[in-house]
Amino acid sequence: MTKMVAATGNEAIANAMRLAKVDVCSAYPITPATEIMQRFTSFAANGKVQTEVLLAESEHSAMSGCIGASAAGGRVATATSSQGLALMWEMLLVASGQRLPIVMAVCNRALAAPTNIGCDHSDSMGTRDCGWIQLYSETGQEAFDNMLMAFRIAENMDIRMPVMVCQDGFITSHSIANVQWVEENAAATFVGDYRQSNPLLDLKRPVSYGQLALSDLYMEYRKAHDHTMSLVPQVVREVAAEFKEISGRSYDLFESYRLDDAEIGIVVMSSAAGTTKDIIDRYRDKGIKAGLLKPRLYRPFPYEDVAQALKHLKALAVLDRADSFGASFGPLFLDIAGALSACNERPIMINKIFGLGGRDYMPEQGEHVLDELIQIAKGAPVKAAKEYIGVRG
Amino acid sequence: MMATPLNLKELSKQEELFAPGHRMCAGCGAPIVVKMVMMAAQHPVVVANATGCLEVSTCIAENTSWKAPWIHTAFENAAATLAGAETMYRSLRKQGKLEGDIKFIAFGGDGGTADIGLQSLSGAMERGHDMTYICYDNGAYMNTGIQRSSATPFGADTTTCPVGSQNPGKLQHRKDLTRIMAAHGIPYVAQASPSHWQDLMTKVRKALDIKGPKFINIIAPCNRGWRTEMDDAIKLSRLAVETCYWPLFEIENGVTRITTMPREKKPLTDFMKPQGRFKHLFQPGNEWMLAAAQEHVDACWERLQKEQASPIRHRG
Repeated sequence: MTKMVAATGNEAIANAMRLAKVDVCSAYPITPATEIMQRFTSFAANGKVQTEVLLAESEHSAMSGCIGASAAGGRVATATSSQGLALMWEMLLVASGQRLPIVMAVCNRALAAPTNIGCDHSDSMGTRDCGWIQLYSETGQEAFDNMLMAFRIAENMDIRMPVMVCQDGFITSHSIANVQWVEENAAATFVGDYRQSNPLLDLKRPVSYGQLALSDLYMEYRKAHDHTMSLVPQVVREVAAEFKEISGRSYDLFESYRLDDAEIGIVVMSSAAGTTKDIIDRYRDKGIKAGLLKPRLYRPFPYEDVAQALKHLKALAVLDRADSFGASFGPLFLDIAGALSACNERPIMINKIFGLGGRDYMPEQGEHVLDELIQIAKGAPVKAAKEYIGVRG
Repeated sequence: MMATPLNLKELSKQEELFAPGHRMCAGCGAPIVVKMVMMAAQHPVVVANATGCLEVSTCIAENTSWKAPWIHTAFENAAATLAGAETMYRSLRKQGKLEGDIKFIAFGGDGGTADIGLQSLSGAMERGHDMTYICYDNGAYMNTGIQRSSATPFGADTTTCPVGSQNPGKLQHRKDLTRIMAAHGIPYVAQASPSHWQDLMTKVRKALDIKGPKFINIIAPCNRGWRTEMDDAIKLSRLAVETCYWPLFEIENGVTRITTMPREKKPLTDFMKPQGRFKHLFQPGNEWMLAAAQEHVDACWERLQKEQASPIRHRG
């Protein structure tokens, strides 16, 4: 066990990449993820890693470089945000379609227009159907832990899928908080050596990557992809169990906070979950049975487990830090509603859109949501199924 | 390892890394170019391919024509994809996890290279990856059905600059991709043609032997898009050279050398006349376009000769 240090979320990610002994890092600067690359290239410049760094001329090329490097046969990581992730979009599907275990840190940031560098989840939510595994982190500590575990999940021989490790831009990427590293040798043993599967650089057994598959075969590839994703939750749990042994920290597919006997609940991801837990504690002190569910593994979405954890509630609010314009609800709400749709008994659900473009999520916002849920649980009619909160007008 | 002499008898004994059975059109220039490039290589090679005719016709479902390791990811990023593979190669070699010498070759059409892929190619060249990028230039987006690209020659009739009552074909001259690549100051840039196969293969070998980023632009006639006879690919690529539409030259460390001087510079119309895409230019009223096309070729050829005459070396 190592001692607590003060570090930013970005520093935590860079340190996890160092400990994972990444062979190639291919990236392009973008706020607020830039610090990750700055710190990592500093490791490379000072001989602290053996990594070859490819400083691409765009995020599209950065991800293309990751794909070429990963196909070549070795451990690959990168980092991005916002517009960068949007520019990568085309290549994200190639990375997952070619089953390449690339690990990417994402500092969640709003998308233009209008231009904005603050936090929201529009960027990674926009990539949720790209076939990547997505993990979300509440704190810099979780970002570090998720990043280390991501290599194990991605490179699992039954999985071999790319993983996105998301944390909230600026809120945790730039905040200095307590972080506990994992000791170097323990981290090296935990992450392990990279095991190759069909490397491009194997001249004895030449392989072709990226074939054309028409209507006679394409759908079978897609079904295989979906099947592989169904294996991910179990692997995420196994990796978490091993990680606990070296870190003492426990992780599951999601975090349940005071949820078992709760009557009302909130589902919220990443840093806002921390604020919400404080609010829930205060309501619990007043005798109100409130709880929280914080998704960690968002893709694949563990529908059944989530439904089991939430179905007993009377009223539930899903807080989305992104919107799906013109759809009735935010993306997280739709997943939770889908998860609960097969349950005979399920809570009345409302959806709040909050914290877009770096708008602060204040405790009063969470309190208002809980107050509304109390009334709904008592039988009051739902005033608005979906509503923007913390917004003018 | 002794390099195979560049004669047909010896080359025919070599294993072909680009296998027959692919689905490129009969008479297409591109697979001829690729076969020559792959035969020229005397080292193990890893190949990246931009989306395009070549990619879509050579690796379908569970069949591949590529006996060398091959990767396709998307349209605009063959250079970046290959740069990633080459970077991993350097990383693994440095760490002692991999042995042996590997050369890296990218293939892209003119659309995937001069248009959508220019940024990623420029980036890869600037970063200095040890790779050779081959553009096979057929002068339009042939894979999607003969749409105009920035490499389409002046005056050509394509499906997106179609000749009509208000339009006499493409009104802009070709982007001079070879010169753009030369402007990157990379150690080796060349232009080649399958009609001059020894020149082409010599250039490929030279490029592969030089460390760093290299670029070769190779003309590849497309009988569908150029609207020519199916067996005209070599004849037309030769005419492209003899009219100085496609001069054969190389720029090594900044020094320009014309590798084949045409005995007699033929008029550009010799190259254009057999091609249906230029048919309308020979109609009354379009004489100015033929003149403008000839003038442009003449100016470029003159400039190239001047550059050869006054070399400025930029790298040692």
